[in-house]
Amino acid sequence: MSGGIWIARDYLKCSGCRRCEIACSLHHEGKIWPESSRIRIFMLIPGLEVIHLCTQCPDYPCVNSCPTSALSIDEKTGAVVVDKGKCSGCGVCIKRCPGEIPHIHPEGGYVVICDLCGGDPQCVKACREGGWNALWIAEREFFKNTFKLYARKPEEMTRDLAFNLYGDLIEVEV
Amino acid sequence: MFGYNGRILEVNLTQEKIGEIKLEEEVLKKFIGGRGLAAKILWDRLGSRWEEIDPLGLENIFLALAGPLTGYYPGARICISGKSPQSNGIVGSTIGGEFAMELRCAGWDGIVVTGKASSPVYLFIRDEYVEIRDASHVWGLDGKKTAMKISREVRGELSRLWPTMGLWREPGLIYIGPAGENRVRIAAVMSKWTHAAGYGGYGAVMGSKNLKAIAVKGTKPLPPVADKSRVLELMDKVAKLSYANDRWRRWGTGYGGYSYGADTSSEPIRNWQEEWHNNVDYGVDKFERRIWVKRYWADYGCPTSCLKISVVKSGPFKGAITDNPDYELQAYLGTNLGVFKPEENAYISSAIDDLGLCGIQCGNILGFAGELYQRGILTRSDLNGLELSWGDSKAFTKLAEEIARRNGIGNILAEGTYRAALTLGKIKNVNLLSYAIQSKGIAVGAHGVRSGLDYPQQLSYACSVQGGDHTSIAGLPVDGPLWNTELSMIAADSGVVCAFNVWSLKILFEFMNSVTGWSISRDQWYNEIALRILQIQRAALLLGGPDIYWNPPVDDDNPERFYEPLPSGPCRGKSLNRVEVRKAVKEYYEAVGWDEYGIPKSEILRRLDLEDVDKALDKVRRRIRSI
Repeated sequence: MSGGIWIARDYLKCSGCRRCEIACSLHHEGKIWPESSRIRIFMLIPGLEVIHLCTQCPDYPCVNSCPTSALSIDEKTGAVVVDKGKCSGCGVCIKRCPGEIPHIHPEGGYVVICDLCGGDPQCVKACREGGWNALWIAEREFFKNTFKLYARKPEEMTRDLAFNLYGDLIEVEV
Repeated sequence: MFGYNGRILEVNLTQEKIGEIKLEEEVLKKFIGGRGLAAKILWDRLGSRWEEIDPLGLENIFLALAGPLTGYYPGARICISGKSPQSNGIVGSTIGGEFAMELRCAGWDGIVVTGKASSPVYLFIRDEYVEIRDASHVWGLDGKKTAMKISREVRGELSRLWPTMGLWREPGLIYIGPAGENRVRIAAVMSKWTHAAGYGGYGAVMGSKNLKAIAVKGTKPLPPVADKSRVLELMDKVAKLSYANDRWRRWGTGYGGYSYGADTSSEPIRNWQEEWHNNVDYGVDKFERRIWVKRYWADYGCPTSCLKISVVKSGPFKGAITDNPDYELQAYLGTNLGVFKPEENAYISSAIDDLGLCGIQCGNILGFAGELYQRGILTRSDLNGLELSWGDSKAFTKLAEEIARRNGIGNILAEGTYRAALTLGKIKNVNLLSYAIQSKGIAVGAHGVRSGLDYPQQLSYACSVQGGDHTSIAGLPVDGPLWNTELSMIAADSGVVCAFNVWSLKILFEFMNSVTGWSISRDQWYNEIALRILQIQRAALLLGGPDIYWNPPVDDDNPERFYEPLPSGPCRGKSLNRVEVRKAVKEYYEAVGWDEYGIPKSEILRRLDLEDVDKALDKVRRRIRSI
């Protein structure tokens, strides 16, 4: 995987079980801790599960905007790596992310971003073990800009999914 | 102390006071959490004056309690309780979703709400931060709108108060619809549009407190456990067992609408006049192809994912959005009303969700009204002009709206099947209790006992401390499988975990011990802990009041209808036998330490350190023995 890996996602297959979050927080924190999870499932409207995690944009706006150089790129996987010591928790990277995906660790005060678990993402394992297959590993190859599309705000993705599943049957309020 | 945050949030709405209850390990060892702890708290606070407490009055307490397993055991639920406006006893009614997990991660094991707000409010909790917020703008709104508006508002508040954390997710939310606001005794506590804690009628208790919703966001980890590596192994084990169960993953309980009719002759049809059908148009494959738009929908941590999202996109029932419907609603909001079409069943279910009614209790009373109409006891003019013909989905839905809004006859039916039967019986001067398919004020679940082919049996509803609750049935032996006996189910409801993920009681008990570090034995569970919880529930039920009191020789029985022979299908002619039922009831009394009148014996109460319960029951002993 010369171009690194990407976690592909299928929103309509996501059951909302959040076992990906359990796997993520156990791996990174050794605890079950939903708000520390690097992958977060938003459910602004019931039934419309929004998988929210880093897409590794080819231009890395988060890395490039970090005022304390706390963010770097893992050469092997292409993942964004956070240097907790350097991060001031200023939130500039969050604002520069097209999906506002990074968030601040609820206890540590530093930003958390998916690090692809060094190339073996635990969320994907949990999802595939469950047979949901809402997450899987794809090669980055030449789709980098296309993958970046998946970095969108949960409100926008919720509206898209509502259009798909509920059509004009509900008035979306998110 | 492991597995617990060790504290419960307490909010007094009258005084707008926020406090906390510290939990002591010695108490938790006896009562665990959820249903058990609710019984303990209710008894301590209201036990001495139980029969005077109006479930819909100022003094009742609303509880939402998690347990030590909540969040660890796959499939999180929370247990809702209080003095039940249906049975006047204590019911533990669990509900799935993310609310329980958010609450535990906010550093609380539960919430207790007392008093009554002067105007509609909702609670907003973020970890230590607790706010009583105005809810007048959402009062009167249906379930779907309520959930969307509060969710959006709370996200906004989270961002306003803590703007530097990045995007905030939605809170965990429980709420009521118009039925709860109007203190309808069959109103449910709702979550996620379609989830309901229905048994007990606690939506009405929230409404009586002017409490529209509770929203919580937790940012902490779950509290630590005693043996982490063993807990992780057990989590994995349970998940694998759940993954291996293809039936509930594929269909949820949605296979039941056809199967419990065609395979086991135990499905309520037209108010239980029949229990067999072979209507292939009501097959799960029809639901699957016609209305399921999302095949797997799960609550927090759940490997089973028994829910499926249904949408009716076209035709005369366009607009319905609900889940599966699951079996209970396929039956009660389908076959029990003579409805055998997936989209019509989804249409009624969606409306019931929005109104915040319990699908089981409401479907039961709609069927009751349907039969009275069939027999000419209720007429069109009694029914606000409705023609309540079997199979007329729109007419039944309209009547459900009248119930939720307490319009006309809806005001009588809003009291639940038992009370409505008494009131209408008086008006019509005829005994209507024989058409009320309930036990101690609680409609029985959609699993009949006449055919003997389904899991509940002749004792199940007759002796349960939760009346007709099909998820907490009485049975012998008392230490039998989870779904067959209350003493086992109390483990799931106190844990608090979803019974649909409990594949082995052995694993459940090991899980409990690995989380808490205790060493509760099977013997201790059945002879002490669960038995103690059961006795408190039984005592509260027998104390009852203030409007209705139960008399075990009469009320520890099945609905009258179950003594009528099944009229159709392969089990035609089968019914319960009164002599056998009385015999089984006596055996059950003996097994759980109740006397010949069904009252817990002093000796067993004293052994369980329940002297105060024993003393309170003297009133009941005098009353019942004098009848």
